[in-house]
Amino acid sequence: MNLAIVLNVVIQGVLTGLMYGLMALGLSVIFGVVRVVNFAHGEFAVVAMYATYLLFVGLGLDPLISLVPIAIAFFAIGYVLQITLVHRFVGRSEHEQFILLVGLAIIIVNGLLMIFGPDARPTNLPYSLDSFAIGPLFIDTARVYAAVAALLVSAALFAFFRYTSTGTAIRACADNLTGAGVVGLNVKRLYAVTFGIGLACVGAAGALMVTIADASPSLAQSFTLLAFTIVIIGGLGSMTGALIGGVLIGVSEAMASFFFAPSMKSMFSFALLVAVLVLRPQGLMGRRA
Amino acid sequence: MSDMWAAIPPRGRIVLAMLLALLLVAPAVLDRYLMSVLILIFYFAFVGQAWNIMMGYAGQLSLGHALYAGLGGYVAALLWFYFGIGPWIGVFAGVAVAAAFGAVIGWLGFRFGIQGVYFALLTIAFAEFTRIAFDNMAFTGGPSGLFLLYDEHRAGEWWNLRGGPMLFYYLGLILAAGGALLTAWLSRSRLGYQWLAVREDQEAALSLGVGAFRAKMIAVLISASMTAIGGVFLAFYNNSLFPSQAFEIGRSIEIILAPVIGGLGTIFGPIIGAFILTPLGETLIALTAKFGLDLPGTKAVFYGLTLMIIITLRPDGVWPWLKRLLGLELKP
Repeated sequence: MNLAIVLNVVIQGVLTGLMYGLMALGLSVIFGVVRVVNFAHGEFAVVAMYATYLLFVGLGLDPLISLVPIAIAFFAIGYVLQITLVHRFVGRSEHEQFILLVGLAIIIVNGLLMIFGPDARPTNLPYSLDSFAIGPLFIDTARVYAAVAALLVSAALFAFFRYTSTGTAIRACADNLTGAGVVGLNVKRLYAVTFGIGLACVGAAGALMVTIADASPSLAQSFTLLAFTIVIIGGLGSMTGALIGGVLIGVSEAMASFFFAPSMKSMFSFALLVAVLVLRPQGLMGRRA
Repeated sequence: MSDMWAAIPPRGRIVLAMLLALLLVAPAVLDRYLMSVLILIFYFAFVGQAWNIMMGYAGQLSLGHALYAGLGGYVAALLWFYFGIGPWIGVFAGVAVAAAFGAVIGWLGFRFGIQGVYFALLTIAFAEFTRIAFDNMAFTGGPSGLFLLYDEHRAGEWWNLRGGPMLFYYLGLILAAGGALLTAWLSRSRLGYQWLAVREDQEAALSLGVGAFRAKMIAVLISASMTAIGGVFLAFYNNSLFPSQAFEIGRSIEIILAPVIGGLGTIFGPIIGAFILTPLGETLIALTAKFGLDLPGTKAVFYGLTLMIIITLRPDGVWPWLKRLLGLELKP
């Protein structure tokens, strides 16, 4: 076994994992604050992938650029969705929220199937075959750019929640909803902003994801499960947890694909998930409830 | 049994008896296509009832019920395929395997306090795990599937579930009716009341000495076993099994549609739900095909919309509302 090969696999897993982490961050933010499980999360990621594909084919826009308009559009979608529909479900039982979003997920994924058909749509970037050679290591250029972009978006999100007054207000809602209402925060609007931010994250992640996968409706469900797995492993509501969970799953997937078979990679993720649920239900970075 | 009958108001008894009689004689006049629709309705009413026991009564959200149906179907089909053991015996093996998986999931979930969404994810994880495992195993046919050859010489062997629509029609009817009877009986038993107590407030139930762990475990075992029987039925009706279909989340969601739309935690909910949804879906396909709009995914979009509308406007399902409308409520 050559150490350099293994190192290559690990680096590739880390880079992919950062994109996964950004996607999971969106889910974690929505659940941590609004307490609604977005079971259509992966479906939104795939919508973003198709949008990126269309912008690339139609206007020649690079995914790293189309990320910005897509994230803004997804923020708007999330805001409107929360205000009009999801807000009615806040505080209702979990299975009702779940079924609402499962319904939405079915509509999105089959809508995509009706519009684009089942065939995968590749985004052939001019630099998608390039790689950086560092000694014995060969690292995909596109993956490095995408991972850096994912880190930048995550950093922006951390800064938003840490330093802006809206971010602080949203954290207040998450910590103590009644208290937030008492001091006069507009919870309904803040929830909508949060859902919007969550979708903006998944939109940005989807735009970056075209560097590692071709857009196809069949990805949606596995992305949803992936996001849930990462968030639970990292700790629900913990933002660093989502990123760390993402990297962990990215590396585990890369290793499983390399040592076993690519089709078996998610078996390892699910095994990790069950282990975390049983041994450390609050997740790696979560606080005990 | 007699007190169950007494719990139905006189008007309801007449409607129910008429409906049953109608379904019993219906095959005499129905064509092949309508028979196949009714067979699907019975199947969904039955597995919906199984899920209803777990979610509607015991309050445990499982989104991996395809696992039990798939295991039941695969075990019985493999026994038939390799050893010629008929499904009436195979179903016991299928139920045993599915119940064993249910026991593991239930034990992990309830022993370690994995609840709500977390529990749902645990069930999905097991179903997906099994799907990938079956995809990678050779003796199950792997991703290219397992086919039960339809042999003309055995066409009349009802004891091997080798028969036409008539056989599956009556078998389906028995399953759907039997499932409803079982649920009705359970819901009025000591166990049924324990389920409701655990569903409504587990802490309170525990403080009153209700064995929540035991009650929930029994719910999983019954539900998994029933679903496995449904899986055997479907496998021998379709004569084919694919891991990508049998264990898919889509299949699990199909199972929960009828009870959610009909009414969770009610005996007639899954039946009404199946009777509403399946014909609507079939009509939609026929209509879209007529206008040349039958793109793949149309039916699923319709199901998704139905789920969203029902859960937004009538979270208790159609049946409680329909019951009031028809005046079928028992006067207190």
